[in-house]
Amino acid sequence: MSNVPQELRYSKTHEWVRQENDGTLTIGITDHAQGLLGDLVFVETPEVGSNYETGEDCAVVESVKAASDVYAPLAGKIVQVNTALADKPEIINSDPYGAGWLYKLKPEQPGELDELLNAAAYSAQIAADH
Amino acid sequence: MGKRTALYNMHVQANAKIVDFGGWDMPLHYGSQIDEHHLVRQDAGLFDVSHMTIVDLSGGKTRAFLRYLLANNVDRLKQSGKALYSCMLNEHGGVIDDLIVYFLSDDWFRMVVNAATREKDLAWINTQAKKFDVTVKVRDDLGMIAVQGPRAREMAHAVLGSANMVKVKDLGAFFMAVVDDMAVARTGYTGEDGYEIMLPSDKAAAFWQQLMDKGAKPCGLGARDTLRLEAGMNLYGSDMDETTTPLESALNWTVAWEPVERDFIGRKALEQQKQTGVKTVLVGLLMDEKGVLRNHQKVIVDGLESGEITSGSFSPTLGKAIAFARVGANVGEHAKVDMRGRLIDVRVVKPPFVRHGKSCI
Repeated sequence: MSNVPQELRYSKTHEWVRQENDGTLTIGITDHAQGLLGDLVFVETPEVGSNYETGEDCAVVESVKAASDVYAPLAGKIVQVNTALADKPEIINSDPYGAGWLYKLKPEQPGELDELLNAAAYSAQIAADH
Repeated sequence: MGKRTALYNMHVQANAKIVDFGGWDMPLHYGSQIDEHHLVRQDAGLFDVSHMTIVDLSGGKTRAFLRYLLANNVDRLKQSGKALYSCMLNEHGGVIDDLIVYFLSDDWFRMVVNAATREKDLAWINTQAKKFDVTVKVRDDLGMIAVQGPRAREMAHAVLGSANMVKVKDLGAFFMAVVDDMAVARTGYTGEDGYEIMLPSDKAAAFWQQLMDKGAKPCGLGARDTLRLEAGMNLYGSDMDETTTPLESALNWTVAWEPVERDFIGRKALEQQKQTGVKTVLVGLLMDEKGVLRNHQKVIVDGLESGEITSGSFSPTLGKAIAFARVGANVGEHAKVDMRGRLIDVRVVKPPFVRHGKSCI
């Protein structure tokens, strides 16, 4: 069974979102997503300072098996990216909710966060996919 | 539910991710296919290859039959136990399957053919065998375990025990020894040293466990695919099939033209193609940019579409994307690959990419 931490929010496209104290959001791909992809070998992170609309593709994660776009779960500006992934993309496999985070975003409308799935709803979605 | 090998429960216990492979429920990986790949290059890994089809051929005319059936020449097999890689062709020179044939005695040869092609192979073999009075026996009672890597043989020797170990420890590459109810062959599909061991299915799980106890770790089909690709070994169904000949599939070396009077199925078509020249060839590609080459991506040579990737992946040993591609015979040293709309430069190289743990590029 995939790990779905209670305190996070989720998109239908398998990104997770964590609210930080400074108002930014940390975003990565879920344990379920990394499990489907298998061993990651390349990660293309967005540029710091760039803006994305909700649902726009902003990163690419590539595994031995497939390349997959990562979408911005909500609109905002990229304030930081995880540069460690360039050399060690496999961190996403081993620690998707921790050291394997992808980027931090400053949301245009913080309220958008409430529209994302909670842990129970995301768990139900991935169970239904099976 | 697909067909299951005698080792299926061992895979499940080891947390394998099970996938369908040619109708079989097989392990893709046990956590990380890249870790498993490195393990085979550096230490020793175990593969369940029991899904492959083992066929025993017997009868006094077996050698004559194989001389006719296969594009490579079994007369190269003089010493008992010696193995030969060959294609089995149709009349048009198209590849029905690739296989390994082992010579055990003048009335006993063994062939190992692919799992996904089992039914059509057996139908073809049985049809051709009628003219030679050869008995074809499928050995579904046997399982097969491959133990591969620089430490694989020493681990296998420890499990075999001293009496049996003596019979296999001096085996040359591409030789097999029959040891009690097992057959131990120094062959593989990884580019590393090691054995492929055929044994009664009901003994496979215990043998697998003993190899694990010696330190060999299970590896799945994912690692098997990147290992064989690095090693420059074709995959049937991807890199060649009935619509392509060995000459178009970088398998010229497996066609035995001499002696000229040997009549084998597909010979006439191949000779004609050899004379007129092939239009397409199978080559290796290496990409220095980030990304992974994928099956069926288009390959562009001198601004024109020239062919496509037949096996594309990521090479864990090189840290770069590698591939086989079938392209026009005029290909030079450079090409481009259409990766999701972007044209990326690749080098055209001659496989293998990696042998015995070392880069060949």
